[in-house]
Amino acid sequence: MIRADGLVKTFGSRTAVDGISFAVAPGEVLGFLGPNGAGKTTTMRMLAGFVPPTAGRAEICGHDIGEAPVAAKQKLGYLPEGAPSYGEMTPGDFLAFIGRIRGLSGANLSRRLADVTGRLQLGDVLHQPIETLSKGFRRRVGLAQAILHDPPVLILDEPTDGLDPNQKHEVRELIQAMAPGKVIVISTHILEEVDAVCTRAIIIANGRIVADEQPATLIHRSRFHGAVTVRLTRSADLPAVAADLAALAGVRTVETDPHEFAVTAFPREGERLLTTVSSLATERRWPVEDLRLEAGRLDEVFRAITTGPAPAGGA
Amino acid sequence: MGVIRTIAGRELQSYFATPLAYVFIVIFLALTGLFTFYLGGFYERGQADLSPFFNFHPWLYLFLVPAIAMRLWAEERKSGSVELLMTLPVTLWQAVVAKFLAAWLFIAVALVLTFPIWITVNYLGDPDNGVIVAAYIGSLLMADGFLAIGSCISAANRNQVVAFIITVVICFVFMLAGFPLVLDLFSAWLPGALLDAVASLSFLTHFTAISKGVLDVRDVLYFLLVIGVWLVATTIVLDLRKAD
Repeated sequence: MIRADGLVKTFGSRTAVDGISFAVAPGEVLGFLGPNGAGKTTTMRMLAGFVPPTAGRAEICGHDIGEAPVAAKQKLGYLPEGAPSYGEMTPGDFLAFIGRIRGLSGANLSRRLADVTGRLQLGDVLHQPIETLSKGFRRRVGLAQAILHDPPVLILDEPTDGLDPNQKHEVRELIQAMAPGKVIVISTHILEEVDAVCTRAIIIANGRIVADEQPATLIHRSRFHGAVTVRLTRSADLPAVAADLAALAGVRTVETDPHEFAVTAFPREGERLLTTVSSLATERRWPVEDLRLEAGRLDEVFRAITTGPAPAGGA
Repeated sequence: MGVIRTIAGRELQSYFATPLAYVFIVIFLALTGLFTFYLGGFYERGQADLSPFFNFHPWLYLFLVPAIAMRLWAEERKSGSVELLMTLPVTLWQAVVAKFLAAWLFIAVALVLTFPIWITVNYLGDPDNGVIVAAYIGSLLMADGFLAIGSCISAANRNQVVAFIITVVICFVFMLAGFPLVLDLFSAWLPGALLDAVASLSFLTHFTAISKGVLDVRDVLYFLLVIGVWLVATTIVLDLRKAD
């Protein structure tokens, strides 16, 4: 269980985090989203006890991070931004060091080391200095360090940054496999990641929470949600198609995309367009290449929320 | 204690993972030898003692100890590993003490490796080994004092070179606090009692007393106090600046 209660952090006259409160329950994977400089890393640092909050408090498994930092940190696995480690050490030595600080020893330590090096596929580089490893390996060493003691709470600052698509996929599977029974908070600026692994997304902008929803609900906020896009061959009469679509009863507005040679019809509130549009296309014999129902675009929601004039919602 | 031992062990290992440890030890041994025999006139004096050896320790430490101390925290802050260390279940003072102990142990090893000179003087004559032991203890205590100062300055700076230079200057002031070079800076505006207090902070005075074989509790206490105060200062500085 993580609880943040009115966290505020100011650096001089700049307010990096401006009153953030939320609670995460076991089984939840919370995605922390926001533009660079929105306060994601500072919030995570306050949760992990690295940066003391200017105001407010944070709790890990019932232990106040300010008052009982050691007890709280024992329950926590933390991947700092950039996955720092000791470059001159080998992953094997480094992980053994972390394990011993975490109070693991003997057979227990060996078992945990074997488990995490297997899960993160570090076997081949165990005896190479970390500073000589690629960015992807270094990130995985950082992840291994965070999950070594099988903590009930995981806070991971950009866990897939610097990984290739295959490695990203593996790390997401790893997070999903660990999720049951654990509290996991990840920060990311990769929106597909939120869709792929998170059960809940918090978007912050300028140090405040501007959205706190399930990724699916968030997608519904997109103006593209429920819209139907028709892509045509180059021979088609694009303005005529647009005009026909605009004339449909359920259509609020249409947009044409001359690059893609596509027309998107946006529905009125509560209308469903796919069947009407597809029968119209058949009836008028439009040279359709692709016809699809839009689920919504997370990047567009993200942009709308984080650059919008007034913060919507809150916590 | 387990945590302190683990951190100190890792730290000590990292000294030997880079050329730092070897360079330090070789230069330390070479310079002590050079100073003792050439500048100190070890043979020419015709006396079976090690004062030509110990007399140069303060000057060697003035540059070599800050070189060890400068990386203690500055490097961790620069590479970001301080964030990792500080989010492990470790208290700030455990980390500060562990890192200090590692550097202390390293300097102690370097000092122990000067044993051939002790064998030499025993072979050549009949020295007072009690005085030599006292001087070794005093030398180590003084190195620790410099080290504690360096630890604090290193915590306050991300840049190792800056940490080094500031540490050397502060160590120099502390070393010569009892001498006109430093005292004249204060005599114009400090009242007499405080001036005496500044003078009594001199590393050199306390070290010279110990190295003459008088292991006075007050001199030992003085160094322990200096170490304690600067380590507490390290903790405070780190707490304030670790995330900057």
